[in-house]
This record gives sequence, C-alpha cells and structure tokens, in this order.
Amino acid sequence: MSRLKASLTPYLLLFPGTLWLAIFFVIPTVVMLSLSLQSGDVVNGYAFTFNWHSYVDGISTYHDQIIRSLVYGVISTVLQIVIGFPVAYWIAFKGGNRKSVYLFLLLLPFLVSFVLRTISWQFFLSDNGMLLGPLKSMGLVPQDFHILATSAAVIGGLAYNFLPFMILPMYVALERIDPRVLEAAQDLYASKLQTFLRVVLPLSLPGVFAGVLMTFVPATSDYVNASVLGGTSNTMIGNVIQNQFLVNQDYPIASALSFTLMALLLVGIFAYAKALGTEDVLEVAAR
Amino acid sequence: MNHPYRQDPAFLRGMTQRRLGRRDAFRLAGLSAAGLALAACGVQGKGTAKPTSSAQAQSEVEKFWSGKAKNGHVDFASWPLYMDPKQPELKQFTQQTGITVNYKEVILEMPSWFAKIQPQLAAGQSIDYDLMIVTNGLHFEQLVQLGYLAPLDHSKLPNFAANAAEQYKHESYDPGNVYSVPWASGMTGIAYNPKYVDTPPTSIADLWNPKYKGKVGMMSDSQEIANFGLFAIGADPDKSTEADWEKAAAKLQEQRDGGIVRKYYDQAYMDPLAKGDIWLTMAWSGDVFQKNVSDGTDLKFVVPQEGGTIWTDNMTIPKTATNPVDAIMLMDFFYGPDVAAHLAEYINYVTPVPAAKDVIAADAAKASGDRKKLLEEVASSPLVFPSEQDTARLRNYVKFKTPQEQKKFESIFQAITTS
Repeated sequence: MSRLKASLTPYLLLFPGTLWLAIFFVIPTVVMLSLSLQSGDVVNGYAFTFNWHSYVDGISTYHDQIIRSLVYGVISTVLQIVIGFPVAYWIAFKGGNRKSVYLFLLLLPFLVSFVLRTISWQFFLSDNGMLLGPLKSMGLVPQDFHILATSAAVIGGLAYNFLPFMILPMYVALERIDPRVLEAAQDLYASKLQTFLRVVLPLSLPGVFAGVLMTFVPATSDYVNASVLGGTSNTMIGNVIQNQFLVNQDYPIASALSFTLMALLLVGIFAYAKALGTEDVLEVAAR
Repeated sequence: MNHPYRQDPAFLRGMTQRRLGRRDAFRLAGLSAAGLALAACGVQGKGTAKPTSSAQAQSEVEKFWSGKAKNGHVDFASWPLYMDPKQPELKQFTQQTGITVNYKEVILEMPSWFAKIQPQLAAGQSIDYDLMIVTNGLHFEQLVQLGYLAPLDHSKLPNFAANAAEQYKHESYDPGNVYSVPWASGMTGIAYNPKYVDTPPTSIADLWNPKYKGKVGMMSDSQEIANFGLFAIGADPDKSTEADWEKAAAKLQEQRDGGIVRKYYDQAYMDPLAKGDIWLTMAWSGDVFQKNVSDGTDLKFVVPQEGGTIWTDNMTIPKTATNPVDAIMLMDFFYGPDVAAHLAEYINYVTPVPAAKDVIAADAAKASGDRKKLLEEVASSPLVFPSEQDTARLRNYVKFKTPQEQKKFESIFQAITTS
C-alpha cells in the first residue's frame, strides 16, 4: 500500500502542471492546428476539410514578412547579447554587495507596460523630438532625417524590450561561476584574457543559450514594436497574424501562419542548439 | 565539484529514446484521437436569411418584442469619449423613467469588440449589454447577416421619427433603420498641420504630392484606405466594382512605392501629426476637434473636393439582450433635441438631430466666458454640423454582396497596408 502510494506520488505532484498544460497549451494548439486546415468564412462557418491551401496561400503571400521577422529577430538577439553580456558580467563580478540593487534597477523600467514603453520610445525618437529636434537645429543631421519608420527603429525596439530576459539568465550563469575556478586559472598562469576566453565564456554559454531562447522567440513573433515604431515596410508576421485573426476573421490563414512561424522557430532553435550543442554546452559547463 | 548543469543521463535517455510496444499502441490511439479532435473543431456557420418582405419584417419585430417588458435597468456598451464622464444625460433619463443605466466604455475598436461578443451571441447567450454602439461597415453587416441584432419596434421610437435628420432614415447600410438608429456620425477627410503645410490641401491628390514625401499618413483600415484610393481614381465607393478596386489599389501602390506614405495608421495618427512626424493625413473629423480643444493645437481638417467618407456609429440592441424595452426607451431618449444638443456639445461629432443646433446656439447665448466661446464654436463647427457643400461630397463605405467579395476586397487593399 505504502509502496503504491510512493510510486504514485510523482504523478500526483505532476498532476496540476499536466492539467494546466493540457488546458492552456495542448487544447489550444490542437484547435489551432484544426483551424489551419479548415475552409469557409465567418458568416457561413468553417469546416474541417484538410485544406492545405491556407499554408500555401499564407506562405506565398507573406514570405517577405516571415523572412523579415526572422531577420529582425536574429539581429535584435545578437544586439542583446552584445549589449547584455557586459552588463551581466559587470553585475556578476563587480557588483559586490549591491548586486540586488543593480538587478532591481535593471528591472525597474520593465514594471511599466510593454506598450507604454514602446510608445515612449516613439516620443523620444520622433522626427522633431527630444533626440532629433536639437540635432536638427544644430544642423548635425539633415532636416528630412528620421529614425522612426525604419528597420533600425523596430530592431532597436525589439532589442530594448526583451533585454532583461537576455541579461538575467546570463547573469545567473556568470554569478554561479565558482571563484576558485578563476583562482585555479590564475595559478596555472592564465592571463586575464585567457581566463575569460577559456573559463568564463564557456561557463556562461548555457546562460546565453537560455537568454536566446527567451528573447529570439518573442522578438520574432512580436507585433507591437513594428506597429508603433515601424513604417510602411517594416510589417512583421505578428502584425499579419493579428490582422488576419481580428480584422479579417480569417482564422484558417492566421492559424496556418502561426504554425508556419512556430515550425520555423523550432527548426531555428534546434539548428542553433545543434550548432552550439546544448549537450556540449552542458559538458563545457561541467568540465 | 558540483555540476549544476549536468542532467541525470537516465533521464535524458528516457526523453530521447524510442520506446517500443504498448506505448506505440497508445501513440497510435492518441493520433487518431487527435484526428477526431481536429475534425470536431469546425466552426459552425451562423448566417440567417434577411427578411424579404415588409410583412415578414413586421412579423419578425412582433415576434421579438411580444412579451418583453420594462425591467428598470439597462446595460449600455459604448466607446471612450462618447459622453460627458459625469453622464448628465443618463441621470436625466433615470429621473424621468426610473430606469437605471450602467454605462461602460468597453468598445475600443470594432474588430476586437466583435471577436469578444461573437461567441456569446452565437451561443444565444446574453453579452451582458442591452444597448451597444456599432460603427457601420464590415462588422455591422456581419452582425446583421448573422442575425445577432434585434429588429427595432419603431412604434417605441417617436422621438426618432420626429427629430432625426431625413438622410439618417435612408442609410444604405440599414435602410429604414430596421436594426439601428444613429448615435453620431463623423467624416473621414484630410487633417493637416499648418505649421508644415503652407498651401491648404483641397484635394485627395495632395496626398500623392511628392512634395510631402515621407510625411503623409494613411489609414490601415481597408475600407478607409480603399475609399481614398477610389476617390483618387474618381469612383464612388458605394457603387464601386472589383475592377475599380484593382485600379484604386494600383494608385495606392504607386503612392507607397514613391515613398510618400510614412505609415499606415490604425488610430494613433493625431500625435505624430501634432509633433510633425507627418504633415498631412487621413483623419476622422472628431479627433481633430478634440485634439485642438484638449491640447491647444491648431490642426485643420478638410473634406477633399473629390469626396470624403461619412461613417455613422449606431445604437443597436443585441438579440440576446435581457432588457430590450429599457434599451429602446433609452435609444429614443437620445433623440430629444435638448439631450442631443448636450451630447454634441461634449463629443463634437455630427449629431443626427438637426434641431440640436438651435438648442446649442441658445445655450451659447445664455452662457458666458470660455463656455460661451466653446458653445459658439460647436454650433458653427463644420465638423459637428457639416455644411451642405461638405455633406454633398460625403460618400458611404463600400458595400459587399457576399463574404467572398469582401475577402477579395480585403486581400486587394491589405496587400498594400501590410507588406
């Protein structure tokens, strides 16, 4: 009896999580997959017909936006690593006993709503705004120069909005490095650069990997930055999906596009994991 | 040393290795169950036939209203900035009739509102509102086609019959006001910032002027932008054909390719206009007036000579309303000239009650100081009481006969706004 109980315990503990996933992940995914294969319209109804056309139509009409989103996602993720790594490094190694203060300061802007933060960037970057207004009146940039409505604005917005999700995992990985490992490197006559390249960097890779997962996916599927900061040629696939679902009520094509995006992101992540080697990363971390 | 990242190898193997036997059977069963689930997720059609004869329409009305009685309460779904926050009109209504009103500004845009209420209406359930304000256009058509709106009993709308302007009784989207009576109208025209634009625009063609390269705002809504494309090629949206749409789209594409359009806006075009990010833009009349009043800006609005669009927000009663009698009483109440006047004084959109103009002018004569100035402005504002010349130029949205037609229309114009 007690053995039975003991063997059941892990399943009982898993039960709430499984139920949660089943209701909020599995069912919606199945419904969405089903929707993507249906045909019809909102007035006459949609019926399940194994209609692959939504995928064909979706991809042939919106491949530009899909590719653009992936490119924006990759560039903004790289930007975040470049900006975030030194910050994480500095807090982890130089933060001293004020680490938690720095982390709090890092997170502080992110207590404000995502959309509001993006709109405040719109104000800041506006053609005659706080940044460009003075520059233009000093004659440092041409009168018709603008930052808003360009790819740079959208990518910058993406990089800014997801930055903490990049910094925090990197910080955790860096913070965990045992100081004795660094001492050992010095004892073995490694220079500072060598210590960084051969000890710190490899040990931090799992954090970078986690950071990329947490930022690349939402950045690629985001639609807020493109609609607030972008112009006519910065539409991302997220905008298209939102428009198809809510404005056109064309559920099949919206679902098909969502699935296509999901598939592309999964392929991208697996390729990335393979290239970097998740297991390698783990091994390196443990070496 | 502790290895924080090393996983239990047995766990990893379990995750990655293929298990054979019984589990495969489960998997197969799971797959077929998933197949069934996929097929079961079909979305039912909800189209209903429109009444074809007036006798049939009359019997629909009787069928809906028979046995319905006043309950003393009404839940009203509206848009932001569509009533004085102190709600003096509603207080007066409660005083007169004893009916309490729960007024909520829950509608921000039609697509998301439609998506929110559609499942309940489809299931024949109450949406918790008895009266809602719906813009004419795609979603209004769908609400009608899907049979979600209650047919109005005009014997309960004496004020409407007496006071509504004649043109509101023959709206092409709802002739004879079977399902709706107007709340307020607005115009889509061109707004510009005189700080940057020296020669006031008078024509749609000004939106194509290379002089304003990168400084023109257009709307992303397919109906709105299509109208302007159609005006630009000299077609009337209401009577346009698919060939016209293609031509209009080509014209809009040319504007886009020329780098003239800065952005396709959903609604947030007023701030960029005031700041100078854009110099001229497609705009809704009331937005311009409200921005000028609230922020002291000096933005201008014109109805272009080729034409502008008139849109109307309408009061409708969902078929599943629990207090329809109270709702229709409130509908009619808003057609009293005094009530309509006070409403227009606050919201600054076109009122469907022409007699309100005299009431506002009379109020202005009694008032003093800033309030007097504001009221005089409202009474003489072409945005609230459009001139006959402007009215003559206003056109209705494109109308669709079939969902396929609408889909075609949207794909034509969204290819421009969402690429």
